[in-house]
Amino acid sequence: MENQEAFDLECTGVSKEFGTVQAVDDVSFNIPSGSFFSILGPSGCGKTTLMRMIAGFENPSAGDIRIKGKSVLNTPPNKRNVKMVFQHLALFPMMNVYENIAYGLKCIGTDKATIEAKVRDVLDRISLPDVAEREIHQLSGGQKQRIAIARCMVLDPDVLLLDEPLGALDLKLREAMKIELKLLQHQFNTTFIYITHDQSEALVMSDHVAIMNEGRFEQIGRPEELYHKPTTAFVAGFVGDSNRWSGKVVALNGDRVQITTDAGQALWCPQRAAAPLSVGQSADVFIRPEFIQAVRKGAQTGAAGQENAIEGRVDSVLFNGANSRVLVRGPSGELIEADVVVTGGTDDLRAGDDVRLDWPVAQSMCFAT
Amino acid sequence: MQSDIKKLSLILLFAPFALWITLLIIIPHMGMVVLSLREKVAPRVYEFGFGNYIDFINEPIYWNTLLRTGSMSILVTFLALIIGFPIAYYIAKIAGKRSRGALFLLCLIPLWVSDLIRAFGWILLLRETGVVSSFLLWTGAVNQPIEFLYNDVTVVVGLVYTVILFMIVPLVSTLDGMDDAMIEAGYNLGGNGLTVLRRIIVPYAMPGIVSGCIVVFMLTAGSYLTPILLGGKNSSWFTEQIYDQFITRFNWESGAAFGFLLLAFTSIVVWLGLRLTGQTLANTVAKQ
Amino acid sequence: MAIASQNKAYLFGYRAYLVAFFVFLAAPLVAAGTFAFNDSLFPALPWQGFTLDWFFGTTEPKLGMFYDRRLLSGLYYSFVIGILVSTLSVVVGTSNAFLFVRGNFPGKNFFYILMILPLVIPGVILGISILVLASNIANGAEDALNLEIEFLRPGIFLVVLGQFSFITTITSLVITARLRKFDYAMEEAALNLGASRFQVLRTVTLPFLRPAMIAAGIVGFLVSFENFNTTLFLVGSESPLTITMFDRMAKVGSTPVLNAVSFFLIIGSGALALITVLVQRDKSSD
Repeated sequence: MENQEAFDLECTGVSKEFGTVQAVDDVSFNIPSGSFFSILGPSGCGKTTLMRMIAGFENPSAGDIRIKGKSVLNTPPNKRNVKMVFQHLALFPMMNVYENIAYGLKCIGTDKATIEAKVRDVLDRISLPDVAEREIHQLSGGQKQRIAIARCMVLDPDVLLLDEPLGALDLKLREAMKIELKLLQHQFNTTFIYITHDQSEALVMSDHVAIMNEGRFEQIGRPEELYHKPTTAFVAGFVGDSNRWSGKVVALNGDRVQITTDAGQALWCPQRAAAPLSVGQSADVFIRPEFIQAVRKGAQTGAAGQENAIEGRVDSVLFNGANSRVLVRGPSGELIEADVVVTGGTDDLRAGDDVRLDWPVAQSMCFAT
Repeated sequence: MQSDIKKLSLILLFAPFALWITLLIIIPHMGMVVLSLREKVAPRVYEFGFGNYIDFINEPIYWNTLLRTGSMSILVTFLALIIGFPIAYYIAKIAGKRSRGALFLLCLIPLWVSDLIRAFGWILLLRETGVVSSFLLWTGAVNQPIEFLYNDVTVVVGLVYTVILFMIVPLVSTLDGMDDAMIEAGYNLGGNGLTVLRRIIVPYAMPGIVSGCIVVFMLTAGSYLTPILLGGKNSSWFTEQIYDQFITRFNWESGAAFGFLLLAFTSIVVWLGLRLTGQTLANTVAKQ
Repeated sequence: MAIASQNKAYLFGYRAYLVAFFVFLAAPLVAAGTFAFNDSLFPALPWQGFTLDWFFGTTEPKLGMFYDRRLLSGLYYSFVIGILVSTLSVVVGTSNAFLFVRGNFPGKNFFYILMILPLVIPGVILGISILVLASNIANGAEDALNLEIEFLRPGIFLVVLGQFSFITTITSLVITARLRKFDYAMEEAALNLGASRFQVLRTVTLPFLRPAMIAAGIVGFLVSFENFNTTLFLVGSESPLTITMFDRMAKVGSTPVLNAVSFFLIIGSGALALITVLVQRDKSSD
């Protein structure tokens, strides 16, 4: 009993079919109180359907959803204490800010004085104390966002659902809102469930992230776990950037496996303890650009040569300040991305330079396919 | 349970629609057709038959009037399109943001003034003692009053005037939805004014054009006031024949037959128009 | 430069055409309205001086429109009919909008076409078909049951039905267009915030539709007010204004009092048209 109360939301074996389409397939997870939880997945992966089931707009075909330990399957959406910030916010254009925020309180018949006090309080908390009388169309994008959150938070929900609310904002504002959302979540200390297809939103804000694909949860974990220790090829490919080769396992050597790519390149990877690879299996190898070192051919390197090395020629340099990269054309014609430092000096790599790429075995990731 | 509520609300919403369409449109029209197939053989004695339609065919005045009404309506529709299109194009695409609203309003206001008043205005302008005639006398261009009323040209002008706004309004809203960049791209890719008009603007505006034409044609063919008032007693408009049968001669059977013929005739013209332009009723008239 | 000056000439010609068109559009209305102020017994030149007698004159021959009992009763009947028709057609039009935007039922497209149809049926035919049906029922009742059903004889009730039969198409289309623009998420948001189905309808959906409902109501009223073709066949002893005016024009010959009525109606319908445009303007798009 003690354990159960610690979770604001529990889903067990939740599934949803639309005709023959399996939108959500046997999803189970628990979200501890007061945490920021994201569901990250490509569009069409079923994350919106999952959220709509939590809000009560869809009924699951199977499984159970419990809020604060109580099943809500038979609770209509207007009786669930789960509030939702919609993708396009769905603020009511015919009401001003005050009326928007007061809407939910009015619906449950709160008296005028209490409504007034609560609305003022929540406006203070989102640091917009003076906008109560404004019309919705007079607000900026960021203000609308905060009003949409305030409209839910004034009702003191058990769980706040956010359905890609940053999607409509421009890039600068989106960056600022990411931090702001995180701060708001801390301030209200309410469980936020955030749905997005944008990995940077999910990684920056969340305590935990679930990666969803084709109706299933691939992996749930803290952002750094997902990035560094993905458990499936999908997660490795979806979270962060990586170079990818397909190949076959040709040899096993203790805790390492050797894989020959389809183009004939031999690469070493660490053996996976959870699902060991065996000789003859086909597998995908992933290496993140930041672990690949690009060195001009013939130049002396400080570190000894790594076990994995490929030679190639620089195709182009992608300058982006501290995140600059080179695109290197490998021996079989594939393009490989590697991080580089571009100082602006004469020593920088340029298109046409012959280079050697190498990286440590420990940073390679391989998955059976 | 939820699907029961959905079903119930669907039925509740369907009921007014069904009552309206069945009681006021379908049954009355069927009744009209039935009535038109009834022949009076003696006072208060009727027989089923096509007599009323045979009368129509045997009397050239009747079918000449119908053909005349139809062909003049097509002419009026065509003129309304030719005259109205540049106006609509100017309002939707050339005028500045503020003058656009004002011009559109200028078009909308006369739209809602009764046909009767508009025809009355034309009478005051065009009759023998009217403004135009007096003005010409005063300038010395003519030396005796001229009667501009009671001829076909005046009827056509009056009809174009009455219906042209029903052409312009749908055209403005269609052209308004057109991205200016499409026209610019047309010029940019080497088209001249005429090709851009013919290959880009007109095809895009086609639903609006067809919609305007259908409404205008129907309004013209079914109009009564303008031909009577501007064309006088001999304007030979088909609606006048219907009125005559119903009210003056109290021959409802033949009046119903004429009504059905007008409906059939105009429907065939509209259907042909839709077929020729490849449009449907749902994506033209319904869009306005 | 050559192109620019050619464009200038072209644009000038275009504008001249536009001006000519608006002169054409305004001329009869100006003529009909102006002669209301001419101090003459006939609406014709020459100009005899300014007067308001055709509005406020209390004695023959210059009996003003506001003292002309037949014109006033026509105005009254038109007004009553207009209000009834626009109210009814907005109610049914709103119901139709929900039916066709939200409903899902077999044959939806077919029924939608059926809904548009009254708009393309000549008004004369709508008038006679309803007259025939009503008279048949009334005659049948009289013959079989010896019952006189007064309201099925030409009169206000039939005029209202006749106008309602096609004005409902107009209101349905206006309200449907607005409902299609409604973001369904707003209803879900209201539901999510704890509103009941009925509260959602009352506080979110209907307020969103209100501008379209008002505009449709005004348009319905104006169309009803100026309708002639359908009304002509259904009218009884209580003639609406257009019929009264037509009778005067045809039988008595026109006097400037008709110009006074015209002036009054042009200003009135212009003002109402202005209101429809203003209420439908979308605040948020500024």
